[in-house]
Amino acid sequence: MAVMKKKGNKGLPPISTASLPDVIFMILFFFMVSTTMRDQELLVRYKLPEATEVQKLEKKSLVSYIHIGQPSLAMQAKFGTAPRIQLNDSYKTAKDILDFCAAERDKLSESDRALMTICLKADGTTKMGIITDVKQELRRANALKISYAASRSLGY
Amino acid sequence: MATDKRKVQEINAGSMADIAFLLLIFFLVATTMNTDTGLARMLPPIPPEDQQQEEVKVKERNLFLVLINGSGQIMAGQPGKQEFIELRDLKNKTREFVLNPLEDEDLPEKEETVFDLPDGSKWTYPVSLGVVSLQTTRDTGYQPYIMVQNELARAFNEIRDEVALKKFGDKFESLNSEQRDIITKAVPLKISEAEPRNIKK
Repeated sequence: MAVMKKKGNKGLPPISTASLPDVIFMILFFFMVSTTMRDQELLVRYKLPEATEVQKLEKKSLVSYIHIGQPSLAMQAKFGTAPRIQLNDSYKTAKDILDFCAAERDKLSESDRALMTICLKADGTTKMGIITDVKQELRRANALKISYAASRSLGY
Repeated sequence: MATDKRKVQEINAGSMADIAFLLLIFFLVATTMNTDTGLARMLPPIPPEDQQQEEVKVKERNLFLVLINGSGQIMAGQPGKQEFIELRDLKNKTREFVLNPLEDEDLPEKEETVFDLPDGSKWTYPVSLGVVSLQTTRDTGYQPYIMVQNELARAFNEIRDEVALKKFGDKFESLNSEQRDIITKAVPLKISEAEPRNIKK
């Protein structure tokens, strides 16, 4: 019996956890590479429309965002539920887009200014009226490269 | 002596995992995946105010009107021949308009254009002069608008794929940038967006 027990103990050495850090580091690196820090707080809610022919937005540093949608739940008491435009960290009107574009353009280096892209993130239920106003202002601000944000769907 | 040596050699790496976990959790929380996708478009520049705005005349046969109303219904067709159509038919209609496979007198003209290929040879392709004009009202929803834009893009992408397959033997996506430029010029994405009509109900 005693001999048997000894044999059993020898057959099951403790599992080495020495490679655990390596595994964790691997996951860590994956997340480090795929991370983009959240740089602004959203004040509007939106569910992006769906499309199949979407392209990826390349070079995040060249992209500025305009969010359009209902104020988020916490802000609805103050601002109601009519769709609003969010630029940077506050609600703005279409008139402010001119300044916004100028400011965003100033942030970029001279060679990149022509490549600046405006990404319109608007809720699917928004009316075209407000979108068109924004587009008109963008034309006036000479920010002509735009992208209608849409999530990829597999078709319908 | 012997026991001392062994102690120095073995560094306890047990807490390494904890440190890694800590970092991992931080990045997990701070992560937003790169999910920014969208339909890229170019807006037309605003003409200078002092310049007399010339009416750009487009021949009727070169024009394809797409109108979306407030309830998401789509009306499409050439001037005078518009009809209500379903979204799923829009792609094929657009294709037929741009390609004009039967050289119909009423469908858009084509202009023989010579392209310089990267390998030095020339290539002539009849570039369609058709323009798709997209119009919305102020109370059109954004979702139907994007869906229509998507269908139009799909039509153009299909044509590009076909031309690319015929010319370069590969799909548009897998071409190199020079070839892509040529195909883009051969099949230009001509969607003109008029300012919306102010229709009050």
